[in-house]
Amino acid sequence: MNNENNIKTLIIKKPLKLDCGKVIKDFPIAFETYGSLNSNKDNAILVFHALTGDQFVTGINPITKKDGWWSYAVGPDKAIDTNKYFVICSNVLGGCMGSYGPSHKDPDNQNIFGTNFPVITINDMVNAQYNLLEHFGIDKLFSIAGGSMGGMQVLQFISNFPEKSKTVIPIATTSSHSAQNIAFNELGRQAITADSEWKDGNYNKNNTSPGKGLAVARMAAHITYLSKKGLQEKFGRKLQEREDLKFGFDADFQIESYLRYQGSVFVDRFDANSYLYITRAMDYFDLAKQFKDNLSDAFINTKAKFFIISFTSDWLYPTQENKDIVIALNSIGADVGFVEIKSDKGHDSFLLDVPDFLNALKNFLDKSYIENKI
Amino acid sequence: MKNEFKVIADLIEKDKKVLDVGCADGTLMKFLKENKNANIRGLEISKEKVQECIAKGLTVIEGNAEKDLKQFPDKSFDYVVLSQTLQAFLNPELVLDELLRVGKKAIVTIPNFGYWKVRFHLLFKGTMPITKTLPDEWYNTPNLHMCTIKDFFNFVKIKDIKIFKSLALNNFNTSLINNSNLRIKNLFADLGIFLIEK
Repeated sequence: MNNENNIKTLIIKKPLKLDCGKVIKDFPIAFETYGSLNSNKDNAILVFHALTGDQFVTGINPITKKDGWWSYAVGPDKAIDTNKYFVICSNVLGGCMGSYGPSHKDPDNQNIFGTNFPVITINDMVNAQYNLLEHFGIDKLFSIAGGSMGGMQVLQFISNFPEKSKTVIPIATTSSHSAQNIAFNELGRQAITADSEWKDGNYNKNNTSPGKGLAVARMAAHITYLSKKGLQEKFGRKLQEREDLKFGFDADFQIESYLRYQGSVFVDRFDANSYLYITRAMDYFDLAKQFKDNLSDAFINTKAKFFIISFTSDWLYPTQENKDIVIALNSIGADVGFVEIKSDKGHDSFLLDVPDFLNALKNFLDKSYIENKI
Repeated sequence: MKNEFKVIADLIEKDKKVLDVGCADGTLMKFLKENKNANIRGLEISKEKVQECIAKGLTVIEGNAEKDLKQFPDKSFDYVVLSQTLQAFLNPELVLDELLRVGKKAIVTIPNFGYWKVRFHLLFKGTMPITKTLPDEWYNTPNLHMCTIKDFFNFVKIKDIKIFKSLALNNFNTSLINNSNLRIKNLFADLGIFLIEK
């Protein structure tokens, strides 16, 4: 284990066969933990991050110096209470926060991978992360949880390892990326690859980066994380530090300025090639297809207790797509609960201070934990 | 806990798989889980009530019985419970069919519109009846299809549904209903409880 730059990594020695056919070995998975593992090792929760998240779930992210991406939900006395539970999160395969990804060097030729990194899938991500259980000597997790792409990993994980978690919490997610989801991801990828600094993915050689393209990708994606009502209430047609329209193309409106800011801060912390790889993994995700179009079969071997959560204003992974997972589980008599949380905050609701959501999450976890103890 | 729930719980043996349709705050579910070791699920339309169930550690699915029962396979529950809600559905017949498809047996309770207080209210006051079990005004009641115990008896007969047990409830008195005392029970019972199967 190395501890360079505040990033803990586990080197996975075992070869991992990827869905694309390639085999990787001796590769790093970067992870972080919160709370402490009890002596029975039955209080561990594996949290999966979304597209642009990382292993720094809560507290101050030592790299970006900002709050962790799930600070509202995870921490002492919070919904995922780190006084009680041992929270593990790792950076996904293909990511850019220490786990094996396109900014690493190809062991065969010592060149930075760029787009020579193998295309990875959600399945590859969870298979790589599974090694963390062995690392900590955990036979069975108490829970697995994640929103958005994190939810996809939750579904894939319990399908691959049906006995490895007692409870399963997919949030604001889908079992299959829709045409609209793919379309938005493609828009982001096109923005990146159209940036002349991208240089077919070899921008690292010249110490440049396709910042403009990546910023546009982030801006477009960011809109999909919010609801129309939320945007209207927060920004409306308010002007940015000016009395009137300037009849030009500067950011007249607050929403323009906000999006530009979101784009600019994102490029400081995220790698453009990682963005290509991770969005591709999401697009390729179709859990039902792995089981001859019968989603129920993905969960046929698990006795885990599921709790699925969606949000009223999430149009990226709408309630119906979450409900489809509930339906698949009910049709095989699985133990599944479901709640749709009322929120105007769009897809991002799962990351924000939405009390109904946080209460439901806390109650489900704490009650299930007590029940398991009896 | 309501007497109605105690009567329902008495109809359910230990260790059964039960679905509570319109489970509200989960009072009956919790009782069945703790006292009958039931493997229990709830279906509830109100977000607030769903939250209350989650806080009690109950497995509940937010949903609408008229749309969401279809996701459960045939005979996947030993018992399906529907307490005082049949009359509130747009299509009670469809819901009843679904209850009996999903459950090996169903327990249905109905507020009895043939109860003497209901009849007297309409007869003497000339306004829509308001009683303890029917507390709402005509303009805000969720009830769309009120029926009497006798109506329900006739209905299940037409539909070829088997009645295992019919109980009449009046405050804390529970009594059996049969063909010979139906007229009396239809007058004096506030609530009818039926254990049925198809």
